[in-house]
Amino acid sequence: MSLKWNDHNGCFHPDSAFDFLPGEQLRALQLQRLRATVERTYSNVEFMRKRMDAHGVRPEQLRTLDDIRRLPFTDKIDLRDTYPYGLFACPMSEVVRLHASSGTTGKPIVVGYTQGDMETWKNVILRSLAATGMHRGDILQNAYGYGLFTGGLGLHYGAEALGATVIPISGGNSDRQIMIMRDFGVTAISCTPSYFIHLIEHGASMGVDLKTLPLRIGVFGAEPWTEEMRCFIQREANIRAFDIYGLSEIIGPGVGIECTCQNGLHIFEDHFLFEILDPKTGAPVPDGEEGELVLTTLSKQAMPILRYRTHDITRVIPEQCDCGRSIRRIARISRRSDDMLIIRGVNVFPSQIEAALLKVEQTLPHYQIIVRREREMDEMEIRIEVTAEVFSDRVSEIERIAKRLSHAVESTTGIRAKISLVEPQTIQRSEGKARRVLDLRKLDEQKNPL
Amino acid sequence: MKIQQLSLFLENAPGHLATPCAVLADAGFNILTLTLADTQGFGILRLILREWEPAQRILEKSGFVVKVTDVVAVQVEDRPGGLRKLLQIVEQAGVNIEYMYAFTVRCGGKAIMVFRLDHTDQGIAALLGSGARVLSATELYALAG
Repeated sequence: MSLKWNDHNGCFHPDSAFDFLPGEQLRALQLQRLRATVERTYSNVEFMRKRMDAHGVRPEQLRTLDDIRRLPFTDKIDLRDTYPYGLFACPMSEVVRLHASSGTTGKPIVVGYTQGDMETWKNVILRSLAATGMHRGDILQNAYGYGLFTGGLGLHYGAEALGATVIPISGGNSDRQIMIMRDFGVTAISCTPSYFIHLIEHGASMGVDLKTLPLRIGVFGAEPWTEEMRCFIQREANIRAFDIYGLSEIIGPGVGIECTCQNGLHIFEDHFLFEILDPKTGAPVPDGEEGELVLTTLSKQAMPILRYRTHDITRVIPEQCDCGRSIRRIARISRRSDDMLIIRGVNVFPSQIEAALLKVEQTLPHYQIIVRREREMDEMEIRIEVTAEVFSDRVSEIERIAKRLSHAVESTTGIRAKISLVEPQTIQRSEGKARRVLDLRKLDEQKNPL
Repeated sequence: MKIQQLSLFLENAPGHLATPCAVLADAGFNILTLTLADTQGFGILRLILREWEPAQRILEKSGFVVKVTDVVAVQVEDRPGGLRKLLQIVEQAGVNIEYMYAFTVRCGGKAIMVFRLDHTDQGIAALLGSGARVLSATELYALAG
């Protein structure tokens, strides 16, 4: 095995050693941990015991890693149904931390951590940040929200453990974000990619060009983003932008990270077992083919999760990464199986629309996709904010851009969309996740249940 | 001889014209003249005002996309054929008119044509050469009183 150490600038952290575990040892460790996890779940979580019994599977039947396919799936609905502590595998006296999702519909989902889980979480974040080239001496502005959301606190302890200087600024208050970024000599930032794009714009409006700051690393996640967005961010802020992957149900951020090769996300396989399955049949897809990411925790104690359906679409990259890590990679997640819009029978993903808009405008405009059903026909409208770059004093020029946008969307998705140019700042911004899609068809159905 | 005109992007929806006007009114700026080019989906509001530089800053701060465009203001003889003469001069110079609009000023009820040309300098030269009364910014604002 050849290792390329040069991308670490002599700052290799010993905890990263597990990233390079030889395949055979890794599989053995995974199997040992999987068995322990399934046993623990079966003995301590009534909900899961009943489900496994109904499935006719017992923990001792797990002899190889492939036997995981005998286990039933877990889905988000199960976390709702067992709200708040129904999937906990330990007494509350051992739980040292609770987090919860924002819960836009009904009850949130609750996740718990033992002291051991906190150590695991710290470990995967440390290894994530180290993989991006971050090290002791870096000053990290952690602009993920602190609180019930796992982003802020999750990054926090791992970054401290790495030895970085952490600024726990949390999300929001863009004036202060820019001021602190400039005044504190910030070299790394973590937040959602859409919020960082907002910060680039906001900095410009304050006369601060992020390109001129010492900022060099961005760790972005908590929402799907595209290669085009990465190019935009890297160009406009002169940093390297890394994709971090995670979900509260599994641990929070730190399930996977891009290394400095920026070619897929390494999954921390010693703690998380992943499968790529056909979302319809649940059968594994051949290596390299797209499917739904399904995750099993291998080290979690408070809340072990078996075969969690993430609804994130990706594929495994089977080749060894140039960085030398032996833990495998998945391709960047740019869409979700439940993110897909079916318009007039055609599958449309917001990421396709985004790519089309970027092709025409070069920079990423703020946009929103609105889907309506009018006279039994699905209509897609894309509202796009006019920027100073595309605005012209001539009507014909603006109409020409609208036509080009319309053409780009139609050639990418096969669907003709109504393009509506709107004034700047009129599409609702969120400091966290951007609300890109408004599917009004669902609302209509709820109003008229027939 | 060029006049700076501000152009704003507006959505074609109720209430969208009022906001920029309110922003300028609150700042105490008087609009000399304006015109609105509209389509089904959007409009372009074109404004001429003495304080165009601070006005541009304030409008941009209020979230509008603003472009500064050079236009030409010409006093037109208020009699039949007055406009045609101007158009002939511009046409003969091979200059294209992208759009134009007219307004009258308070002092003496004079009529002013505003032209947006594809070749502004060439157009101004032709108009001046043919004796047309092209107004400088100072003259225009003075006429407006």
